[in-house]
Amino acid sequence: MPSLKDLKNRIESVKSTRKITKAMQMVAAAKLRRAQEAAEAARPYADRMNAVMGGLASAVGASEGAPKLLAGTGEDTVHMLVVMTAERGLCGGFNSSIARLARQHAQKLLAEGKTVKILTVGKKGREQLKRDLSAHMVGHVDLGDVKRIGYANAADIASDVLSRFDEGEFDIATIFYNRFESVISQIPTATQVIPASFEDAGEDADSGTLYDYEPSEEAVLEDLLPRGIATQIFTALLENAASEQGARMSAMDNATRNAGEMIDKLTIEFNRSRQAVITNELIEIISGAEAL
Amino acid sequence: MATMQFDLVSPERRLASMEVSEVQIPGADGDLTAMPDHAPMITTLRPGVLKVSGADGEKSYFVTGGFADVAGPSATILAERALPIEEVTGELVEELISASEAKKAEASEAAADVAAKYHADLTATLDAIVGR
Repeated sequence: MPSLKDLKNRIESVKSTRKITKAMQMVAAAKLRRAQEAAEAARPYADRMNAVMGGLASAVGASEGAPKLLAGTGEDTVHMLVVMTAERGLCGGFNSSIARLARQHAQKLLAEGKTVKILTVGKKGREQLKRDLSAHMVGHVDLGDVKRIGYANAADIASDVLSRFDEGEFDIATIFYNRFESVISQIPTATQVIPASFEDAGEDADSGTLYDYEPSEEAVLEDLLPRGIATQIFTALLENAASEQGARMSAMDNATRNAGEMIDKLTIEFNRSRQAVITNELIEIISGAEAL
Repeated sequence: MATMQFDLVSPERRLASMEVSEVQIPGADGDLTAMPDHAPMITTLRPGVLKVSGADGEKSYFVTGGFADVAGPSATILAERALPIEEVTGELVEELISASEAKKAEASEAAADVAAKYHADLTATLDAIVGR
């Protein structure tokens, strides 16, 4: 049976924990709003890019001289997995769910006898994958010092991936990130970026028009493909950032609620034992008085 | 006067969206001006100055690259990096030029021409803007 003092200390410590989780939840909520705004602002560019690329790819893709980035190397033996996670923990299952998806994917490929290379973005993913896949890690991008994800960050990652591709280090690249669905649901997603696949935005008006390409279809495509890949990575990074804050917000909300419940329980226990002590003392006094 | 919808978007945000009567685009193969009902066209951009004239006068933007999608009633510029010309400062110029110089220096043989051209275009444009 813990003493009254122990209980009191316990209640105090849980109370201060609750204050911290509450503060973290509110910070995450504010950051989430900003992350969502950033994702929203980036959408017109990404949509447009996708639409143009879709049109171009279907025009040039079938021909023989299509660039490697679009047509692939013709093999699929070496896979590059770009795993994007957060730099920080305390956000529920956010990091684990990406790591789990990536690990499953990697193990499936390894079982098929393929070579797997892993590039991690964000510290947490690297820590989790290092345990059983450390032999396959080829690089790491640290975004710990980045306060606000900008296009430049995505462009750096893209140029790293592209230069590896140019040197023939891999055949297929896939990015792993959490798609932001809502505050309570983030969906771990794998998207293949090389060879590039562009979903048609389904703009009916555009599909009918025949475009002139300047300087030429191939040159435009050559110029656009790396940008398209950088854009996909950028979109993924932004979705990830929003998901991270969303996940942290709901995790901290839960933690705050749990702390509240715990405080209630401990307070009841504290009151009961206080009353028991008083009752005991009274019994002692009364029985002492009776004995006289 | 006929107008067309003009949008200037960068990866991070939409910079401008308005009705204009003509857009002057720094295309990779040379400058061109798109007016309403221009034939559908997609062109890549070189570093340069984008000029639009609309009802409320003329506006200029500095762009580092990207591409333009012109189709009849609309012109959309997807720029890697773009900002109103008034916001181009000496500091930024130095930063851009040194970044591109570094890129040129470490470019592989295949990419050397592209990097050199990019650098030349960038320097010429920025010099013209800042008046160095």
